[in-house]
Amino acid sequence: MKRYLYFWKRCIQNAFIGDWRYYGWLGALLIVILFGVNAYAKQYLLGLGTTGMSDQVSWGVYIANFTFLVGMAAAAVMLVIPVYIYKNEELHDLVIFGELLAVAAILMCLAFVTVDLGRPDRFWHLIPGIGIFHFPGSMLSWDVLVLNGYLLINLHICGYDIYCRYCGRKPSRWLSIPFVFLGILWAVSIHTVTAFLYVGLGGRHFWNSAVLGPRFIASAFTAGPAFIILTLQVIRRYSDYIVPDRALFTLRNIVQIAMPINMFLLINELFTEFYTTDHNSASSQYLFVGLHGHHALVPWIWTAVGLNLTSMVLLMLPLSRRLVWLDAACVLAVLGIWIEKGMGMVVPGFVPTPIGEIVEYTPSKNEVLICLGIWAFGFFCYTIFLRMAVPILMGKVTRANEPASTQFV
Amino acid sequence: MADLNTEEGMTRRSFLRATTAATAGAAALTSALAPLQKLDDFPSVDEFIQKHYTELSPEQLSAVLKRIENEVQKQYGIRPHVRALKPMNGVEYVYALNLSRCCGCRKCVHACVAENNQSRSPEIQYIRVLKMPNDGTFDLERGDHNYNPESVPVPGHFFMPIQCHHCKNPPCVKVCPVKATWQEPDGITVIDYNWCIGCRYCEAACPYFARRFNFTEPSIPKDKINPNMSYLGNRPRHKGVMEKCHFCVQRTREGRYPACLEACPTGSRKFGNVLDPESEVSYILKNKRVMVLKEELGTLPRFFYYFDI
Repeated sequence: MKRYLYFWKRCIQNAFIGDWRYYGWLGALLIVILFGVNAYAKQYLLGLGTTGMSDQVSWGVYIANFTFLVGMAAAAVMLVIPVYIYKNEELHDLVIFGELLAVAAILMCLAFVTVDLGRPDRFWHLIPGIGIFHFPGSMLSWDVLVLNGYLLINLHICGYDIYCRYCGRKPSRWLSIPFVFLGILWAVSIHTVTAFLYVGLGGRHFWNSAVLGPRFIASAFTAGPAFIILTLQVIRRYSDYIVPDRALFTLRNIVQIAMPINMFLLINELFTEFYTTDHNSASSQYLFVGLHGHHALVPWIWTAVGLNLTSMVLLMLPLSRRLVWLDAACVLAVLGIWIEKGMGMVVPGFVPTPIGEIVEYTPSKNEVLICLGIWAFGFFCYTIFLRMAVPILMGKVTRANEPASTQFV
Repeated sequence: MADLNTEEGMTRRSFLRATTAATAGAAALTSALAPLQKLDDFPSVDEFIQKHYTELSPEQLSAVLKRIENEVQKQYGIRPHVRALKPMNGVEYVYALNLSRCCGCRKCVHACVAENNQSRSPEIQYIRVLKMPNDGTFDLERGDHNYNPESVPVPGHFFMPIQCHHCKNPPCVKVCPVKATWQEPDGITVIDYNWCIGCRYCEAACPYFARRFNFTEPSIPKDKINPNMSYLGNRPRHKGVMEKCHFCVQRTREGRYPACLEACPTGSRKFGNVLDPESEVSYILKNKRVMVLKEELGTLPRFFYYFDI
């Protein structure tokens, strides 16, 4: 136990080691976080009226970001699959980077849900045992379970792996492999359950579509690995850790497959919505072409479609074997899917209302500040996690080099 | 990249640096949290630990009602009478609304606001009346929500009030993650305003746009407070929770009509016990041409629209 605590002490020490660029980055993030905290303090004082939401559009960018980030968290397992299923051992360390990303993404998800609550002080009503947990009736209760479960699984997988690495021993198969496979299944489940949150609402035709779940998975498995491709290059650049190009190209293969599937599913959705000209497609009309003179989301969704298409073409071309183009494709994919899944998925579900009223939604400044604060918080966490993990993965910080004087403090 | 060899041990300089950084951080955090200094409605301990309405013992319930009376008195300067009326045996309420007669005057909307202590600023209304073109459509998207004519009725149009349908198969109840909203044995779907966490999932689930969220602290002029209150009904709400039509539970559970019905000048609104074969609503369901809104969703509303024949 003492040894384990000492491991943590060294991890935390690691987190404080860095040059001016490192501290500058963390400092900048902290400033954004503080702006977010300040904005949230205002929201807590005055209520959700400080946001752009209304009775008509009762979820906005908080839930949009939440949905996107559940996908990012789920996609972290995309690094696990090549390693454990295809036995691509040289990517093993990268799994840990993926898992850590999942942890940071889930923390952001939890933050986004919390800021969306009208009465966060009543959070305990949701805790099974003390409160009243409407399980299995409410899909939201499923989401609470799977997200927290996923957080624990990933904390275990990467925590255990890093600790073993620190101790210089091989992880026990029984304590790691079953959790890795559980994690893969669980990753799919978190995003499916999150899709079911929407799909389960029979009164909202825009969401009540069987293809929404598959679309969620496909878009997550596009944006997630794309984001990890970018992250790995940042790690490679700003640490001594050597990320092989092969890792990036393995991920490129995944994005190459997931993006066309995502676009194919979108086409299926569009066909169903527009060919049959029934009145259940009002939200899609609002999103893609505008409805009764209201078209706030039209530029957004076409931007997203444009970004996704460009990204797909780049990915398909041999050109994207060059990192510059691969990076460009990844940036476009992440942005495109963020728009498509955020503003393009959550908001139109509310427009028009089930009784035909059209009220548009634009996030308020305060709301945007809170979002930026949470994103900065996520980047902050991920930076710290990497700073703790990288020296251990590189074998620079191990039990063998624990200084004798401070041992077992 | 940092030099990892220097990681152990803390020099005097690094200690000073850390202290300065921590102090600056604490100061920045304090100023970021400054808006909370104005916070004056933080829940009391009793309110914070209060159990769900259905889990309160009779003693706990009466203590809660007393506490709420005190809270209302403190906030509005009026001593209210807050009750927790139980559903009556052998009663299942339904509502029937005559679309041939409704003239769109919105008297029901305002009677509801006055009876149920709804926020005047921002305005919260449980009843939404749609002005529909009388040209062979029932497409709600063609309804006008903000009509404002010189006088009603308006030729060429009919009017369609929509409020909570108190469904037998309520999507809102199904999705609530903490069971803060549920269906009572008399068919009324209620909300425990002290249990709702404000996630607004029910609002997304409702196909009738019946639910209203308190995006800010509601405000009601003191002289407009209706002091005859009930726990599940018209007691004042706070910011961050959901509310909606509850069939005037504070009136109907003691045998009175809902306020919207009493205010209706055309007699378009009918309310009663569907389990009583002699009731007016039973007569309407048996003898009139009746429809429910969005029947295909399977929500089984207890709110019926009917036509004169």
